[in-house]
Amino acid sequence: MSTMTIENVSRRNFLQGVAGLTLSFCLPAIAAPAAAGKAATVSFEPNAFLRIGSDNSVTVIAKHLEMGQGTYTGLGTILAEELDADWKTVRIAGAPADAARYNNLFWGPAQGTGGSTAMANSWDQLRQAGASAKAMLVSAAAKRWKVAVSEITVRDGIVSHPPSKRSLRFGELAADAAREAVPANVVLKEPKDFRLVGKHAPRKDSAEKTNGKAVFTQDIRLPGMLVAVVAHPPRFGATVKGFDAGAAKRVKGVVDVVQIPSGVAVLATDTWSAKKGRDALTVEWDESRAFKLGSDEILARYREMAQQPGLVAHQAGNTDQAFAAAAKVVKASYDFPYLAHAAMEPMNCVIRLGPEGCEVWNGEQLHTGEQHQLAGIFGLKPEQVKINMLYAGGSFGRRANTKSDYVVEAAQIVKASGGKAPVKLVWLREDDMRAGYYRPLFHHALEAALDANGKLTGWRHRLVGQSILMGSPFEAMMVKNGIDAVSVEGAANLPYAIPNMRVDLHTPTDIAVPVLWWRSVGSSHTAYSTEVFLDLVAKATGKDPVALRLELLGDKPRHSGVLRLAAEKSGWGTPLKPGAPGTRRGRGVAVHESFHSYVAQVAEVTVAADGTLKVDRVVCAVDCGIAINPDNVRSQVEGAVGFALAAALHGEITLKGGAVVQGNFDGYPLLRIDEMPQVEVHILPSTAKPTGIGEPGVPPLAPAVANAIGAATGKYPGRLPFSSAELRA
Amino acid sequence: MIQLNVNGKLHAVDVAPDTPLLWVLRDTLGLTGTKYGCGQALCGACTVHVDGAPLRSCATPVSAVAGRKIATIENADRSRVGKAVQEAWRKLDVVQCGYCQSGQIMSAIALLSQNRKPTNADIDTALAGNLCRCATYVRIRAAVHLAAKSLA
Repeated sequence: MSTMTIENVSRRNFLQGVAGLTLSFCLPAIAAPAAAGKAATVSFEPNAFLRIGSDNSVTVIAKHLEMGQGTYTGLGTILAEELDADWKTVRIAGAPADAARYNNLFWGPAQGTGGSTAMANSWDQLRQAGASAKAMLVSAAAKRWKVAVSEITVRDGIVSHPPSKRSLRFGELAADAAREAVPANVVLKEPKDFRLVGKHAPRKDSAEKTNGKAVFTQDIRLPGMLVAVVAHPPRFGATVKGFDAGAAKRVKGVVDVVQIPSGVAVLATDTWSAKKGRDALTVEWDESRAFKLGSDEILARYREMAQQPGLVAHQAGNTDQAFAAAAKVVKASYDFPYLAHAAMEPMNCVIRLGPEGCEVWNGEQLHTGEQHQLAGIFGLKPEQVKINMLYAGGSFGRRANTKSDYVVEAAQIVKASGGKAPVKLVWLREDDMRAGYYRPLFHHALEAALDANGKLTGWRHRLVGQSILMGSPFEAMMVKNGIDAVSVEGAANLPYAIPNMRVDLHTPTDIAVPVLWWRSVGSSHTAYSTEVFLDLVAKATGKDPVALRLELLGDKPRHSGVLRLAAEKSGWGTPLKPGAPGTRRGRGVAVHESFHSYVAQVAEVTVAADGTLKVDRVVCAVDCGIAINPDNVRSQVEGAVGFALAAALHGEITLKGGAVVQGNFDGYPLLRIDEMPQVEVHILPSTAKPTGIGEPGVPPLAPAVANAIGAATGKYPGRLPFSSAELRA
Repeated sequence: MIQLNVNGKLHAVDVAPDTPLLWVLRDTLGLTGTKYGCGQALCGACTVHVDGAPLRSCATPVSAVAGRKIATIENADRSRVGKAVQEAWRKLDVVQCGYCQSGQIMSAIALLSQNRKPTNADIDTALAGNLCRCATYVRIRAAVHLAAKSLA
């Protein structure tokens, strides 16, 4: 294993024996309020990820948000592995907002969580943090015992000198270790010596998430805090013309009604009073500049745009020649609706303005951007915006909004109400559902050229849909020549060896529906269109879908690896057990890379005569590099299957005259337990560095199910969500 | 004043009678383990027990449950079934974001209190009103079975 160097060793600034209590490696006191009294001195070293208490507690500081993906547990596992800590004593604390120490290493100077990067960008960083801490503990023990460092071993939080049978717990060495210099080089473990990574480290948040004690933003209550519920405009782009707060103010508990840029906020002593106040409010909206198209009209425009060539995102060979020479051309188009994230915890945020700055409580996903946004609103310096990162009750991309919509709204309410009281902004379900920032609606058109031997010689793929990144801070990095990389991800980098390819894109800029990444981003639609279309090609050439893919994946061993594993484990090629009389059964496959992880899925479905669809079983094969916590990898992929299936079966946000139709779970159903298929997850052994697993389980599900529907019925759905009416016998 | 019996403790609360029980639990009594998800009894995140039966507290006016025995997630570990369910949930690491899990657990406890050996179909019926956006359903089913086994 290579030897690595800790960054900025020259800037060493260690706690020197403070009360003999802690090895406070680079830990800001703010990070762990419970122990704040102990850490009298603050160090500013990077790699500020660990505190060892004299009580033997090991606190890992997590720079990434825990929104369900097991991030806290994973980050803790990496560090604890190299530290050789006792997993049972490890606690996780959310890091404060401080990009100098806690930036996402894949995002330059910005702190934040997203794009399935938490493990990937932390792997080396936390291994080094753990290994160097262990080296300091060992060095301290060697001095105390006057023995050679090489004679000392560490296991489960105990430092031992086997020749003299002496041992000390981490806590007993903490004060001495704090006086040790950070080693310039640390030797990391060989994977064969891992005792936590790749094994089973139980989740650290299971206990408090099963007894009601886990704290979400919704649960924050500060002294004197008011709850705000906001009347938002009925259409995107509308503004407040005037309002009558008389009736609202007469509601018991309502304290104030204030106008803010995004609407009118009712502040009350409690949530229900605020809601009643909001219901009693009369607001007149100026809709002169509001967006008024319906989703059907948007789609019709996109279909029209798709008749013309777009900006080229990827080109290889000569597609015109390939199509001119084709013996057969296969064509299909696919439509994808707007999708809401619909996290179980609707968006919310608590902000308190004080003499030293402002303090935020939030399921915080974009710390640095939000510090700047709030600093701008309150006339503060970004570092005066203190952020308490709480558990998020789901996000799926929604809390990572570079426009910081709901956080800014909370701040505007605090500002408009004079900063007198802390404010908890609560979006009710309907507010959350109708606030926009949806997965963009997309239209795809594909054509394949086949030669006389049935060989796939040409591929044209045209996409039409709004850009997520244009106008965001990510634009400079990820929009090139008018192509938003996330509009075409999964399409422009199609893994299949096709000699002549052209992928082009239209990006309408006059659609004012706010859009955002939604778990797996571009791959949430590109995996569907490419993988379902490939099955049409397989059908046209009479080839088996797995065989065709393997043939086209010649130089893509990781795609092929998961595809073979999923095929094997699912019994691909063996006959499916027939369903009840009148039903049709089918098996379908899809494979897709996203966020540098590879997932193949085989779905088995039963379609009833009336078109009712049941997904019976999904077999998944995953290559995400080293699986830090295999059980969590399985859990994430199981959940991703359900999340993706919800969208495939039910997910659709529609607009009528610009107004969002759906408001709650009756109109926008999520998956229910009785719709959940049996899921098997198989992990491909790997020695590659870990990549993400929060998102990559999503993309292959809908196409695998669609291909199973195709196998069962001969119909390969051209739009999501699936329509039972189209699947009738 | 409305008299409430929550987790065996009596409270007199001064709230409008139409206030949903959910907001009284959360905002008045500070029992924040019970969650708001939809406000219309569509998601089950707010599930509590009233006289032992599961109930959606977000759509139940507090006046309707005055004097009745209300139990919330904070009370779950006080019963043998509740403990078994929580232990099974932890053993299988069911949770992801965790926001809906109080409701899932309260529904599971209610099921197992009535039916000590539920089938998958029984579980699906009893928990179909509890949405989980993270779709932890595979493990929820397994955890209910595990809890049932530990109670046998």
